[in-house]
Amino acid sequence: MSLAPIGTGHFLVLGAILFGIGLFGILTRRNLITVLMSVELLLNSANLNLVAFAHERADLTGQVFAVFTIAVAAGEAAVGLGILLALFRLRATTELDRARELEG
Amino acid sequence: MELLIAHGATILFYLFAAVVVAGAVGVVALRNPMYGALCLLATFLGVAALFLLRHAEFVGVVQIFVYGGGVMVLFLFVIMLVNLHRLREVRMLASTAPLAAVVAVLLVGMLLWAVVALPGGGAAAGAAGTAALREVAGEELGNSEAVAWVLFRDHLVAFEVASLFLLVAMIGAVVLGRKR
Repeated sequence: MSLAPIGTGHFLVLGAILFGIGLFGILTRRNLITVLMSVELLLNSANLNLVAFAHERADLTGQVFAVFTIAVAAGEAAVGLGILLALFRLRATTELDRARELEG
Repeated sequence: MELLIAHGATILFYLFAAVVVAGAVGVVALRNPMYGALCLLATFLGVAALFLLRHAEFVGVVQIFVYGGGVMVLFLFVIMLVNLHRLREVRMLASTAPLAAVVAVLLVGMLLWAVVALPGGGAAAGAAGTAALREVAGEELGNSEAVAWVLFRDHLVAFEVASLFLLVAMIGAVVLGRKR
């Protein structure tokens, strides 16, 4: 029995699958918390690709870019959850369908 | 046992890839966000392990600290702050779920097509030289030092912009989260 060595293609396929699952979550789930978690899935799949290409090209720029992506994801999560708390105070819900108007 | 040693990296890849995909499916499919957050934690840790398999030790550890620590605690705190009773009565998915499934499948198909169309069909072993990921000016140090050199020598402006961005995000989160 012989298994193919793990190449960049394996990571790209996994990244694509992860991106698809996250995209489906963003488009379909009605709970804002789950939508934010799906966004994190997308960012993780992008990071997988960056690190895989950094390895293939033997270039550290991809890994540095992944660190930046993680920083942006942390800021995005903080602001997103802040918006969620504000929405919850206003409407007592985390359902996206019940937040159609942007009134203060 | 010989098989395990000869194909250790391959087996680990498929193991952690399974963890990552299962966690992602759990996030999207589970009704309770608390269970979803725990599945998300499994995905984060699996991705960190995959980073280690690609010789990105620094990014892998940052992934565990920032995602597995910071972001996960943030999510769990907010889930516990927000009262999520009456969850079972509401519909979980939007009515456009079939259309969204088609869009997601189409996008994944396009991405897989692009991977196959890569030079070498994406099957390149990608071992162009892992030593280059630990090297600083021809001297072999560690991955963290090499990343630090690239980060602070070539991308210093981006680093400063990122710190400014984090400051703005922090202020924004405080403003949004305060009581009116």
